[in-house]
Amino acid sequence: MAEPGSTELFASTEAAQEALRAVDYLADRKIASLVHLGSRLQKPILVEGPAGTGKTELAKSVARATDARLIRLQCYEGLDEAKALYEWDYRRQLLHIEIRGQREHSGDAVEIEHDLFDERFLLTRPLLEAIRSEEPVVLLIDEVDRLDVETEALLLEVLSDYQVSIPELGTVSARRIPTVFLTSNNSRDLSEALKRRCLYLHIDYPSSDREREIVLARVPGISQTLATAVARVIQSLRSLELKKKPSVSETLDWARTLTLLAVDEIDSELLVETLPVLLKNQSDIDLAAKELGGTQP
Amino acid sequence: MMSAIEGLIRELRNVGIPISVSEHIDAVRALNHVALEDRQAVKDALGAVLVKTGEHESAYSAVFDIFFSLHRDRPLDPVDETTPAPTGGGRGGGGGSFDDLDDAAIRLLLLDALDEAQQPSLLSRLIAAELVTRHAGIQPGRAVAGTFYLFRTLRAVDPGRLAAELVARHTPAQLEPDGLGQRLLRDEYQHRVRDFEQEIEAEIRRRLVADRGAEAVAKTLRRPLPEDVEFLTASVEHISQLRSVVTPMSRKLAARLAQRRRHKRRGALDFRRTVRRAMSTGGTPLEPVFRHPHPAKPDLFVLADISGSVASFAAFTLQLTYALRSEFSKVRSFVFVDGDDEVSSILAEADSIVEATSRINAEGCGVWLDGRSDYGNALDTFWERYGRQLKSRTTVIVLGDARTNYHASRASVLGEMRRLAGNVYWLNPEPITVWDTGDSVIGEYARHCTGVFECRNVRQLRAFVEELA
Repeated sequence: MAEPGSTELFASTEAAQEALRAVDYLADRKIASLVHLGSRLQKPILVEGPAGTGKTELAKSVARATDARLIRLQCYEGLDEAKALYEWDYRRQLLHIEIRGQREHSGDAVEIEHDLFDERFLLTRPLLEAIRSEEPVVLLIDEVDRLDVETEALLLEVLSDYQVSIPELGTVSARRIPTVFLTSNNSRDLSEALKRRCLYLHIDYPSSDREREIVLARVPGISQTLATAVARVIQSLRSLELKKKPSVSETLDWARTLTLLAVDEIDSELLVETLPVLLKNQSDIDLAAKELGGTQP
Repeated sequence: MMSAIEGLIRELRNVGIPISVSEHIDAVRALNHVALEDRQAVKDALGAVLVKTGEHESAYSAVFDIFFSLHRDRPLDPVDETTPAPTGGGRGGGGGSFDDLDDAAIRLLLLDALDEAQQPSLLSRLIAAELVTRHAGIQPGRAVAGTFYLFRTLRAVDPGRLAAELVARHTPAQLEPDGLGQRLLRDEYQHRVRDFEQEIEAEIRRRLVADRGAEAVAKTLRRPLPEDVEFLTASVEHISQLRSVVTPMSRKLAARLAQRRRHKRRGALDFRRTVRRAMSTGGTPLEPVFRHPHPAKPDLFVLADISGSVASFAAFTLQLTYALRSEFSKVRSFVFVDGDDEVSSILAEADSIVEATSRINAEGCGVWLDGRSDYGNALDTFWERYGRQLKSRTTVIVLGDARTNYHASRASVLGEMRRLAGNVYWLNPEPITVWDTGDSVIGEYARHCTGVFECRNVRQLRAFVEELA
């Protein structure tokens, strides 16, 4: 097997930041430096953080920025080897046996068996596919915290050695080391073994300045002043004790709403009217309306 | 550099963050790929390798600042000329040019600085240094915890009023008439003032490290991780920190328990679905399908002592059990001081534990006579009113320190409860060493319980709940 190709995605942190900006993902220095570091150390990056802060988007953007193919493994409870790694196509295997049986010369049993576990009958699933790919690949393992604890172990070999052991075939090693991102919503603690193999990136809500730039980049036709106002209001909202703080994607929805309404200034009346775009919980809406939209104490 | 990293890792392990040898190696490897002169880059890189949980990040940040702070305080970055800095700010500690200004003038200068710059500027950093010099009263070589100096400086600065003063600087005409605009302005100033407070804290830390060395400072400033904070001695600040840990934790626990319940045991063979699936393999049943089991869920009765001494422990445990209600067929919560009241409905209606606690207090739940804990009477009234509802599937959990103020313990009532209920557990927030000292009668109660557990911090609480369900 060929020596794994190197994965020098970006020359430096700044280059990573630039490349991501070119595909409209505004990475702050921390995110950019970790993307860079991950490719240098050839380590997967475990991304955690509140919902809607662009965890999945980061992986997609890296794929776009580097012209790599994105292979996505969406995790869920009950996901097993057959869906994540590989599976033998037993229907075709059965057919194969039958066809051979009909011929005169069926050969000896050993040969048939050897024939059966051929790569032709191997159905590759996302993990194996990422490993075997000849072209550059970004592997996204989404919501890894939904995986059962036992199935988590399945990822370990792939993530540390970039290889998959198939008992009937032997070990398949990576031809190119894929860039791997894992995302987690922190609904349970991941095992130490998994965490040890990854770099940890916590993406929090963006700072006011960065959020303003995200709004400017993602919402066409929004004015500078409106974007600034949006970012400031969101910042204040997040400082309240809400059940669910507004996420970046909700900020973008709100900004789009405001541009559709063709306003250029936000006052309390408008905010209260459009709060349901940002907050999806009645008690949160009430609290925000009281704190931000109401009368000045 | 290597020794600095070793020290950093040793201290992180002391705090309680698990770091493996392979992570240590990775940390050193990571440094090959970052610009070492960029402090923030080094901090991010090491953090990504060493700390793998969001809850530990603030602890890491504090430790890193102690071990890698010496390098920054010498020349305050002279490239930064965005603000008109007074000349001669050579050493952060010196701040010579402020000498002829009195406190009021410095305060004015500070207000100007905070008003103008969004980010902490060089000027605000110099002012922080000067304020520390004037007010903290740091004496070289004296072993005093850093928080004391911080307290002294902040008392002189009075940051609580800074934001209000900043808003007041705008004339009414300048202020936007809209309530929202004013609110945003205030929030933003408060944000800047908080940044400035952190600047002061960092300055104090820098000087302490310069005086005594990183390891000694790390020891005096060491703070427990959120899950290790003791309920009984937690400060207000810690309690609010705990709240942010307990909420996601209860969510995690619920998810895990639900999963375990589903996977614990396979049910009987589902014949119909097995045959159906065999159709695609020519009638050969390759994969048998099993029914999902539906094990019975236990009832949970939680009795919590909410007298002053153990109130915060009770609040967290009530919150946790309430969050796990889907894992039990029903959860009923009672609070007591010297009498009992059921609070299940209050917990169900309230949005947050803060609101629930304030409502429980406002209605005076649990108080019968004088409001000092009387476990005997509390157990008695509980037994009279709700005793008949206990069944063999019921688990009773009592939360409290078993300090009866020398009233009768009535431990036999607990024995009666034990006979009806399946299990009776007692969680005590006191350290095991002080049990049965003074007016604590935990020993008498222990005889009638299925188990008595020491439950001093979130870690122990979590372990218990995991066992229970």
